[in-house]
Amino acid sequence: MKMTGAQALIKSLVHQGVEVIFGIPGGVMIPIYDALYDCDEIKNYLMRHEQGAAHAADGYARASGKVGVCFATSGPGATNLVTGIANAYMDSIPMVAITGQVRTTALGKDAFQEADITGITMPITKHNYLIKNVQDIPRIIAEAFHIAGTGRPGPVLVDIPVDVSQAEVNYEPVTKVELRSYKPTEKGHPLQISKAAKAIAEAERPVLYAGGGVISADAGKELLDLTEKTHILVGTTLLGKGAIPETHPHCLGMLGMHGTVYANYAVAHCDLLIAVGARFDDRVTGKLDEFANKAKVIHIDVDPAEIGKTVRVDIPIVGDCKKVLAELIKKIEPRKETDWNKRITEWREQHPIACPTDTKEVYPQCVIAAAWELTGGDAICVTDVGQHQMWAAQFYKCAGPRKFLSSGGLGTMGYGLPAAFGAQVAKPGETVLHIAGDGSLQMTIQELAPAVQHKLPIKTLLMNNQYLGMVRQWQELFWNKRYSGVDISAQPDFVKLAEAYGAVGLRVTKHQDIEPAIRKAMDVKDVPTIIDFRIAKEENVFPMIPSGKGVRDIIFGEQKPKRRR
Amino acid sequence: MQHTITVLVENKPGVLARVSGLFARRGFNIESLAVSITDDPTVSRMTIVVGGEETVLEQITKQLNKLIDVIKVVDYTGTSVVERELAMIKVNAEPKSRSEIMQIVDIFRAKIIDISDRTFTIEVTGGVEKIDAMEKLLEPYGMLELVRTGKIAMARGPKAA
Repeated sequence: MKMTGAQALIKSLVHQGVEVIFGIPGGVMIPIYDALYDCDEIKNYLMRHEQGAAHAADGYARASGKVGVCFATSGPGATNLVTGIANAYMDSIPMVAITGQVRTTALGKDAFQEADITGITMPITKHNYLIKNVQDIPRIIAEAFHIAGTGRPGPVLVDIPVDVSQAEVNYEPVTKVELRSYKPTEKGHPLQISKAAKAIAEAERPVLYAGGGVISADAGKELLDLTEKTHILVGTTLLGKGAIPETHPHCLGMLGMHGTVYANYAVAHCDLLIAVGARFDDRVTGKLDEFANKAKVIHIDVDPAEIGKTVRVDIPIVGDCKKVLAELIKKIEPRKETDWNKRITEWREQHPIACPTDTKEVYPQCVIAAAWELTGGDAICVTDVGQHQMWAAQFYKCAGPRKFLSSGGLGTMGYGLPAAFGAQVAKPGETVLHIAGDGSLQMTIQELAPAVQHKLPIKTLLMNNQYLGMVRQWQELFWNKRYSGVDISAQPDFVKLAEAYGAVGLRVTKHQDIEPAIRKAMDVKDVPTIIDFRIAKEENVFPMIPSGKGVRDIIFGEQKPKRRR
Repeated sequence: MQHTITVLVENKPGVLARVSGLFARRGFNIESLAVSITDDPTVSRMTIVVGGEETVLEQITKQLNKLIDVIKVVDYTGTSVVERELAMIKVNAEPKSRSEIMQIVDIFRAKIIDISDRTFTIEVTGGVEKIDAMEKLLEPYGMLELVRTGKIAMARGPKAA
């Protein structure tokens, strides 16, 4: 069928099953947006900044498990995507970003709105393409989706010069992708799996360490089967939250810098660490030579480059987490609860994650705990980056996978609102909570406009302490309370701001108003809500293992009276 | 320690930047790099000589393997290989030193490939050490220009990369 390159692109996207796109047009994108105008299968969500488009595609991908798609124009449109692409790359999120480019004859000549976006995104994409020949569009789009969604997922960028979009092509759908140099290992080596089973049988103090790879491989069920069969307890990373239900007695919550004391103690004292779909990030390990230093390490990961990258591994297993765990479960004998389980339970009782009992101020922990109780952990919880993110990680117990969306690797402030947008688009029937800080929210607040336009009832719980709180916390603890560059008390009235956008704005300044306000937000079904929680200004996130330190340096926090959760 | 790494890649634009970027991002300097097409016109072969910390090089090799355009990576370090490099050297050749230089050229089984009233241009092929040695011997006469292709390497015996 004869058509333009732009039409072939849209056809190819439909062929890949794309239903939604997050993007913003521009001069060189007009042919593509023109082709989109005639397409009934794909809905375009017009964002207000390209970073928002990339994060929305990311949130959509995390919530749905599908490949997220974003569009941007050449030059500034494309460079605005960069943060969102880097974010997806660091967290291994499947995404296809399509950018317009100046015409092929103008490439490299500093044409209007030209930026070398394939060059710029080379280190932050799994792969990228500059399409010079219109005939290549169907094949390259098929390859882009294949690369983005298989193996260790990641973003792929496709740059399309405007003359290529306008050129004529005889479109034929491409269904089969053949890449001689890209064949991810899915099946784990049976010998290695047997070795792992033997190590598990011999271990006295084993611990599971589950990361985002469990979620992207949809291996939650297998992980649950494994922990139930063996009574090996599970600590997760930030991205691994919800890999098994966090209220499950075998779940130790989050590991690492702001992880639970008992999860960190368990890793510090274990004799076998079973890492599944995790990459030993420095926020998890802290000081490397004190991390699990008594333990044998089994590392299950789809990416061979992760094996031995930061930590010595005794039994590496390269493969898809779901498949490897399924095989592993077959080879291991059931284990009973042991003294080791009891020891961890004791640690859990000694150092619970608990809310302040003080009700004179609004404490962020209480806000998040209330939101968790009201939703049963079943809402999709999207966070920004900072103190509120860590409180959310500690107090929001996910009922299952794909319920906790957070910028882990890159730590992108401003991720939350657009990612919540993408998540709500992916799951229109579900409650989407957006837990934000006042610093982060202001970085992408403009995406409230399309959220109002599309009647997305995102509930933003704004932990407003008028500080860049995490930096302030570090300055308080390690920099002699020199609060340099963190005071953001010059800020808009968020209630009025929400109303100005056509959303609902609420403010909470008293402890007893926390729950009623969240309930009120839950009842809003057709627009977003922002609740401006005026939280205790200098509240800190604890426990904390200072950067580069080990578990023995853990700071437990102020000894305020605590209420158990 | 110095490593000689052979990388078979898709013969496409931008591949060199992808490969070299992995070294640059870790602050590793590539000491020599030779790239050309192979018997299969869709495949190019890069021979990269690079020094650096073992663990980091191992990580780079793994990352190279992950690049979509990389077909195969072979680290020749510690294996038996034949390796060659070619250099062209333009050296001062005053009448009184000409015969001396020609002797050196002879001993090294090099070739004079261009001549002027004041200079010789010499072509020499061999292992890296041989070229280094030749360079050193010619230095006293005054070298005007030197270009080396960078090392290329192949495993000894029937095994192919």
